[in-house]
Amino acid sequence: MRTLEKLGRWLYDRSRLAPLVRKLLTHGVPAEVARSRKGWFYVFGQALVFLFLLQVVTGSGLAMAYVPAPAFAWDSLRYMNEEMFLGAFLRAVHFVGASAMVLLAFVHMTRVFLTGSFKFPRELNWISGALLLFLVLAMAFTGQLLRWDQDGVWTVMVAAQFVGRAPFVGEQLMQILLGGETLGGATLTRFFTLHVVIFPLLIAGIMVFHVYLVFQNGISEPPRAGRPVDKATYRDEYRELVEEGGARHWPDAAWRELVFVAATLLVVFGLAWMIGPQGPGPAPDPTALEADPRPDWYFRWYYALIWLKPQALDELVLVWFPLAVGVALLALPILFGEGERAPSRRPWAVLLVAMTVLGWGTLTGFGLRPHWVPLFETTAPSEEALEGAPAAAREGAQIFFERGCQYCHQVQGLGGIYGPDLTMVTRRMSPEEVAVRTVIGVRNMPAYYGVLTADEMDRLVAYLRWAAGEER
Amino acid sequence: MDASDESATGQPREEKGSSPSRPPKEPGAECGGGAEIAPDTDRRRFLQKLTLSLSGFMGALVAIPWVGFVLSPVLRDTPTAWRAVGTVEDFPVQSTVKVTYFDAEAHPWAGFAAETAAWLRRESEEDFVAFSTYCSHVGCPVRWEEGARLFMCPCHGGAFYEDGSVAAGPPPQPLAQYPVRVRDGTVEIQAVGVTAQRG
Repeated sequence: MRTLEKLGRWLYDRSRLAPLVRKLLTHGVPAEVARSRKGWFYVFGQALVFLFLLQVVTGSGLAMAYVPAPAFAWDSLRYMNEEMFLGAFLRAVHFVGASAMVLLAFVHMTRVFLTGSFKFPRELNWISGALLLFLVLAMAFTGQLLRWDQDGVWTVMVAAQFVGRAPFVGEQLMQILLGGETLGGATLTRFFTLHVVIFPLLIAGIMVFHVYLVFQNGISEPPRAGRPVDKATYRDEYRELVEEGGARHWPDAAWRELVFVAATLLVVFGLAWMIGPQGPGPAPDPTALEADPRPDWYFRWYYALIWLKPQALDELVLVWFPLAVGVALLALPILFGEGERAPSRRPWAVLLVAMTVLGWGTLTGFGLRPHWVPLFETTAPSEEALEGAPAAAREGAQIFFERGCQYCHQVQGLGGIYGPDLTMVTRRMSPEEVAVRTVIGVRNMPAYYGVLTADEMDRLVAYLRWAAGEER
Repeated sequence: MDASDESATGQPREEKGSSPSRPPKEPGAECGGGAEIAPDTDRRRFLQKLTLSLSGFMGALVAIPWVGFVLSPVLRDTPTAWRAVGTVEDFPVQSTVKVTYFDAEAHPWAGFAAETAAWLRRESEEDFVAFSTYCSHVGCPVRWEEGARLFMCPCHGGAFYEDGSVAAGPPPQPLAQYPVRVRDGTVEIQAVGVTAQRG
């Protein structure tokens, strides 16, 4: 025991830690952050640092078993899930931890935005934080495709097509991303290196800088209406506020952070235990075209957005919108570095957050249950459903199913929901109108000219009329 | 590199300016104070320049091979190859079938990833067309639906007619096509890669 103590003292002395430790232990924070319930709004950043460490720990474990070769990656994940001790759990923690990181990054940013904490002198806190957000999203994206199942492989393709739309350098970006002309032997190793080496190093570096800035500029005081930030006086005012309050980060504010971190950890482990590892889904094969690629939940809003946007705005939504959001985030503290911080005096900021959350929620809702995709798994109407139908209507039902109408249209509750429900269509339109629409097509309805014969068209109409109850 | 050095030293200078009453320190005790000592000025300036430019030089030297390596897919010539996908008799006239073939550059460790698929349509006795399987919208895999005579995309509801033109949904342009040729009764597709499809 005495030896250990001596060793500890020796290390403490020789590493010259005393001044640094003293500084950290006596670091002052605004009294309100330490001693009022508002302190609970100042815990998310600490949780993000912790989650990053959790991702590094779990990820470094996974990297020991993951084989970043296109031919074997999927099998190595299956092996982790099924054969390795705690392999499934480790993968689950890594996935849930990543989800928590994406979520908390946005929560953290929203809090900082609402309390105006990005204003002078904390502009660089915000800018480095925005860079960290981009990197966290990049990690989520690359992590999803390292799963290397059908979703993962098509995600690469979609990503390649996506950057291919970038102005001027699209094709080059595509080649850099894929490591060549196609999804091939050089692709997965690139994403693996980005996910495992380059992005984590960048995150670690910027995160250290970010925390250093939080320390140097101090934790922002909860805003007060009518006390705008003035560059000439703010620093002195802040110093006085902290000194007068006499509150210290350790342990007056730190305990809340640690309680929140512990709760986060418990939730992450609990969820990981409950839902298990994410995938890998069906085996990847770029020649298996019956794939149904979907991004993970954190990108579903974007998946929905690129459907919802008007066709003419393709380039705008796909390319310029993400770029503009990124630039706006980086420029925010430069453009609005002074003035009121209190949300009650910044109605536009509050409105922006409300709209963003609302928009994100709506789009994610759409994205999780997309109605615009053809329902490929739909089946032909059963005998019972067609009971009492005349022969022509029965044949019409078969045509309706076989010719793909049923992928997008429902009749009597059977079929996709992209197009309108056609159960009652013959009550709205004459048979001729139905035929003309089908043959010529409408805005999002392909023209069936040359696909359906006049005879088939008649039987199709017979089916629809029977479904509408006109021929019973 | 240089910019960050400047900002790091710029901070204390600013503070110094704001409190002119600060007692003078020992000469040379603070960095940048060398400018006040006449005999050292030239030598120090030279050494500063030397160290900084050496650092920059080393950085560039290390960066060149790395950047070149990472950018190699852009810098080299695009590989292409003709791949046989079957004989003419394999494809009935007016049929659209999936064919698979190896990429122009098929690494042995790529496994399945070395293969690509295309939709091959025989328009007439002589004419073949090969369509990309990637939707022109965001690149999801389109599947041929024989009954509807449409290519359909599972992601955003895009649909294409049998000639590859847009039938419905958000795709901005027709399905891309690959070069096809018939040689000695064998149908061959040129494996060109996805970047070449973008026109």
